[in-house]
Amino acid sequence: MVLPNRMPDRRREACEPMNFDFSEDQKFLKNEARRFLEANCPTSRVRKVLDDPAATWDPDLWKAVAGQGWLGAAIPEEHGGLGLGRLELCVIAEELGRAVAPIPFASTVYVLAEAVMLAGSEAQKSAVLPRIAAGEVIGALATSEGPGALSGTSIRATVEGGRLSGTKIPVTDGGIATHALVLAREGGQLGLFLVDLSAAGVIRETLSTLDPSRDAARLVFDKVPAERLGGAGEGLALVEQVLDRAAVLLAFEQTGGADRALEMAKDYALERFAFGRAIASYQAIKHKLADMYVKNELARSNAYYGAWALNTNAPELPVAASAARIAASEAYWFGSKENIQTHGGIGFTWAVDCHLHYRRSRQLSLVAGAPRVWKDRLVSHLERRNAAA
Amino acid sequence: MDFNDTPQEAAYRQKVRTWLEANAPRSRDANDDGEGGGDLSAARAWQAKKAAAGFACITWPKEWGGQGGTPIDSVIFGEEEARYPIPSNPFQIGLGMCVPTVMNFADPGTKDRFGPPAIRGEEIWCQLFSEPSGGSDVAAARTRAEKAADGSGDWIINGQKVWTTGAQFSDFGIVIVRTDPNLPKHKGLTMFWVDMKDPGIEIRPIHQMSGGSGFNEVFFADVRVKDSQRLGGVGDGWKVSLVTLMNERLAVGGATGTGWSQFLEAARDTTGSDGAPLLQESSVREKLADWYVQSEGLRHARNRTMTALSKGQTPGPESSIGKVVAATLMQDLANEAVEMLDQYGIINDPDLAPLSGGFHGSLMMAPGLRIAGGTDEILRNIIAERVLGLPGDIRLDKDVAFKDVPTGR
Repeated sequence: MVLPNRMPDRRREACEPMNFDFSEDQKFLKNEARRFLEANCPTSRVRKVLDDPAATWDPDLWKAVAGQGWLGAAIPEEHGGLGLGRLELCVIAEELGRAVAPIPFASTVYVLAEAVMLAGSEAQKSAVLPRIAAGEVIGALATSEGPGALSGTSIRATVEGGRLSGTKIPVTDGGIATHALVLAREGGQLGLFLVDLSAAGVIRETLSTLDPSRDAARLVFDKVPAERLGGAGEGLALVEQVLDRAAVLLAFEQTGGADRALEMAKDYALERFAFGRAIASYQAIKHKLADMYVKNELARSNAYYGAWALNTNAPELPVAASAARIAASEAYWFGSKENIQTHGGIGFTWAVDCHLHYRRSRQLSLVAGAPRVWKDRLVSHLERRNAAA
Repeated sequence: MDFNDTPQEAAYRQKVRTWLEANAPRSRDANDDGEGGGDLSAARAWQAKKAAAGFACITWPKEWGGQGGTPIDSVIFGEEEARYPIPSNPFQIGLGMCVPTVMNFADPGTKDRFGPPAIRGEEIWCQLFSEPSGGSDVAAARTRAEKAADGSGDWIINGQKVWTTGAQFSDFGIVIVRTDPNLPKHKGLTMFWVDMKDPGIEIRPIHQMSGGSGFNEVFFADVRVKDSQRLGGVGDGWKVSLVTLMNERLAVGGATGTGWSQFLEAARDTTGSDGAPLLQESSVREKLADWYVQSEGLRHARNRTMTALSKGQTPGPESSIGKVVAATLMQDLANEAVEMLDQYGIINDPDLAPLSGGFHGSLMMAPGLRIAGGTDEILRNIIAERVLGLPGDIRLDKDVAFKDVPTGR
């Protein structure tokens, strides 16, 4: 176990000035996570998944990550977790993003565990959370049924008599998940349903995607047992709440990836010479890298505010999460594409790691709803806030 | 990670609020032109009031006449003060940069002479750095200081400074001058403080493209200064100027101007060709979201800088991102707001077009903001070189006597 064991001194904390940074313990955890992933998830390991048509994830890395206690970091101790806060999860997420880790961490920890903690019954919590912490349960969020953004009218999957029928595509990690959260209609209302994917009547087809280092599948359900999470008719609202929470954690993954892309561009620009000097000495390159840095700082600052809102369950969470997601999506996209540009021809080859980030930046931007949807949601929140003020 | 006030900070905020409630002005002086160029009596009175109550120069050490407070205290006061229609602040450059430089390099008598009146708003300072031949390249200053021929040890200054904010109402200034053109450019500079009322100093306001005149040209003709007015060693002017600019970074201010919130209101109150509010158009919503995210990113980046400060760390060049983002944001947002009004957007009469008034101001000030205090390009160089550690540009002026450095006209 590498997690720090020191208890925070509440009295000392209360006297400290306003603090917009992670604690020393959280920074320690971040360093440990980086060291662990450098040893256990070098890009050669990511490439094994990328290059093998039959592989969509790294089960050995998953087991190792479970062994670190990361899967249950934010799960309460009574449910088999470590009972830490969401801030600890944020620092782990940043390192996973930096490493382009090929594991279903987001689907399991940011989505399934958060949803069950948010809306699950005691029985559901006891059944699912300890098994997440132990690495036995893998989650997947099954909302999409076709092209375009999620809406109340786009859902055709139905639940009748506790049994789910319908098709979901794409479902990130759907090919490897043990459990799915499925948005479906029940008696005309949308609900969010917890489905054990080992049941009869589930057909999975692995999909070819932009980022082959992550799993995605089409899931077909034919009268599969499904139990509702939360109240009837609360499905869409619950999905939005879960996505707000996931968005903050994904923003840390994106920020970690964006920082790594900038680092790669910087290292390459310093060692590559053209016209007798390092290309890093040309203003065209310097200004490009400065722009990457600016976007990364904006992303990081928005992500920090999101982390605070998530950790304290503040009413600002929907606005903070939207801002964090938008800024991080922009930073990672810009960083990953301009990293290739800085590398020039070599950056366009399969052999160099630039495309790992380019692919992952697309995967992370789309997996929890595209930035344009989040921008629209953000403005709706701001409209309400301005009207109330 | 805690974005709420600690009990200590909440107590300080309450103290500030109580004081402001009893003392802050309720309306802005009609003669205040917002650029510090109008009648300064309201600004001076407000500064004196703050000084008497212990709310001026909050972060300065007590021996300088400050409060010895934390940067967070200063931010809290600034946030609360901004809720009132306070006068424009002609003291910012003096108290933020010039006087701290004097305090760092002058003898005890000079410090005692200049510190307290500056804090009380009785004396205003300006910073004389930029020149016609050196805007981004400040170290290329050509204004000369030569030893007086009479053997008194005095110096005689000749030359021209430009873009000097507030020179027209300043009592004193700090000036960077060339004392040895035979040395490479960074090594032949020296810093002095000068009396702006000296008969050899002529101040001419610059008519800006925005219509206002917040900046000046300042001409020096045989201005005699005593050697005791020197700040730092002869030839150490560049090092001294870096202290001045570091204090600029410490003088962290909040973002101002007509921002996303006003844009949202304008978009809500303006209709498009389909008769529906423009705020319902996805292109408008996407831009608004981007600007909000950038504004919030800067706000939280400032908060992170504050945290570093309160932990005793010196803020580095990372804070250069603020103006890079804010200036372009201001320009883009103002332009979009004006375009939203379609043909009507051209009108800047505030009675006819109350909606666009603030945006017109931003539109015409933004080009200046992208240049002043480090151009977009210079700031990107600073980020690339000092934050990311990329190599400096190839230079033709290094290790060459300043007089032999190639020049244009």
